[in-house]
Amino acid sequence: MSNYKVAPTSRQLAKTEVLVIVALAILIFTVDLFAQNGVRNIHRERSLYRNILVTEDSTRRCMRFTISSRSGQNQSCRFVDNPVALVFPYAKMALSGLLVKDNPQRILIVGLGGATLSDTYRRLFPDAEIIISEIDDAVFRVARDYFDFAETDKIKVDIGDARVYVKRAGLRGEIFDLVILDAFNGEYIPEHLMAAEFLQEVKQLLPEDGMVIANTFSTSRLYAAESNTYQSVFGEFYNVRMPGSGNRVIIASNQPLLDQDTLESRAPAFLQRLEVFDMDITDFPELMSTEITWDTGQRILTDQYSPANLLNN
Amino acid sequence: MSQIKILVMVLAFIAGFIIMAIELLGGRILAPYFGSSIYVWGSIITVFMLSLSIGYLCGGKLSLYNPNLKTYGSFFAIAALLLLPLIIWSNPLMEALFLQIEDPRYGSLIISMMLFFLPTAVMGMIAPYSVRLLVDSTQGSGHVAGKLYFISTLGSALGTLATSFYLVLWFEVNQILITMLLTLLVAGITAIIIGTKIPGAEDE
Repeated sequence: MSNYKVAPTSRQLAKTEVLVIVALAILIFTVDLFAQNGVRNIHRERSLYRNILVTEDSTRRCMRFTISSRSGQNQSCRFVDNPVALVFPYAKMALSGLLVKDNPQRILIVGLGGATLSDTYRRLFPDAEIIISEIDDAVFRVARDYFDFAETDKIKVDIGDARVYVKRAGLRGEIFDLVILDAFNGEYIPEHLMAAEFLQEVKQLLPEDGMVIANTFSTSRLYAAESNTYQSVFGEFYNVRMPGSGNRVIIASNQPLLDQDTLESRAPAFLQRLEVFDMDITDFPELMSTEITWDTGQRILTDQYSPANLLNN
Repeated sequence: MSQIKILVMVLAFIAGFIIMAIELLGGRILAPYFGSSIYVWGSIITVFMLSLSIGYLCGGKLSLYNPNLKTYGSFFAIAALLLLPLIIWSNPLMEALFLQIEDPRYGSLIISMMLFFLPTAVMGMIAPYSVRLLVDSTQGSGHVAGKLYFISTLGSALGTLATSFYLVLWFEVNQILITMLLTLLVAGITAIIIGTKIPGAEDE
């Protein structure tokens, strides 16, 4: 037996190489199958703020803010054969706010995404003026090109930071009956849009019976911090959660909240209007809880203290 | 290494730490008025780089004239005092500017100049002056400068890490800034006292 290492012959080398190539090919094929699973990537774009991916399978078209096609949540999805029906529970949870206040005439939506909320409110209230504050120009273009979003004389998009928009709108004395905050479901949370000072600025835009709807987090320490922050600005609010959804929706109003019975008695009137969105609103009054289910000792978020991303770990 | 030189190295580390901690907090301070878009960071980084470059130039020039620990310590004390506007007046200043300038790019650039230029420029003077206090011979000057860059940049790395990972989770922005201010003040006074008490300290 020899202790010397024998240099591989070229034939051996070739054999090894072939094996490696075959193994790699199998691996790539498997990974590809796993990744695709009938899902096609129809558009991919890198913006200043994120990677935007539009995917489509036989039933849904989705916009994702993500790194690879498998990581990251869907920001926004719609059914291919019925774009009006709502895919995600969060949009329905937001609509349950109609039980609190119907018929908003001016609506501010922070965060465009796939334009699900702006489309839904446009259909519900064709005469309402809707302004959307979106930081990312690329999201606007993708929503326009792949999700049929269009600006009209009633629907306008302001490209820029929502904090700046809200502050300026407040200075101009603008009023919005409904402000929807939907900028928090990406992988990075804009911390300056979670501070109590920002919520105060939003509150200044509301009339006496105005309402804020925020699509936010239901887990981690951030849930408690954020709940305490909203409570400090608006007092008691509806905390809407659904089993199986990682989102929770906050519905806060300048007015005293309605009790469960009143919400339930109002629901049937909306049934038919919301049918087209595949939503049974009579399910919602019981989900609209005012119970405090979080640690009230968690510090509130302010401009001075806003480690939202760290708290979300 | 003499004790004086160790002191200079420690102080250079502290300055490096604080410069980056403040730069990072700058994003937080500006966000309520100018947002946190890429141009806000662009403004902050531009102003820090500009003020550091001017600080290096001035610090190097000053090191030509009787380099000593007292002057060195005074840089720290002056930088500490120049942080006061950032802590006390940043909100009213930003509010005034917000009303004057519609474009958040130039708004954030101008407010960054107003809030960060002076303290950062003075902190920039520390590095070249430290080199002068540490250098014994022209032959060893590159080695000394290398060690000084090493220690102050290491301070910057740790200042960035500590602030972004932990300090913002535990404290309010102003609490961190006040701690930085006091640290600079104590560092400066220490250098001034040692410079006064130990005769010929600067010649070592």
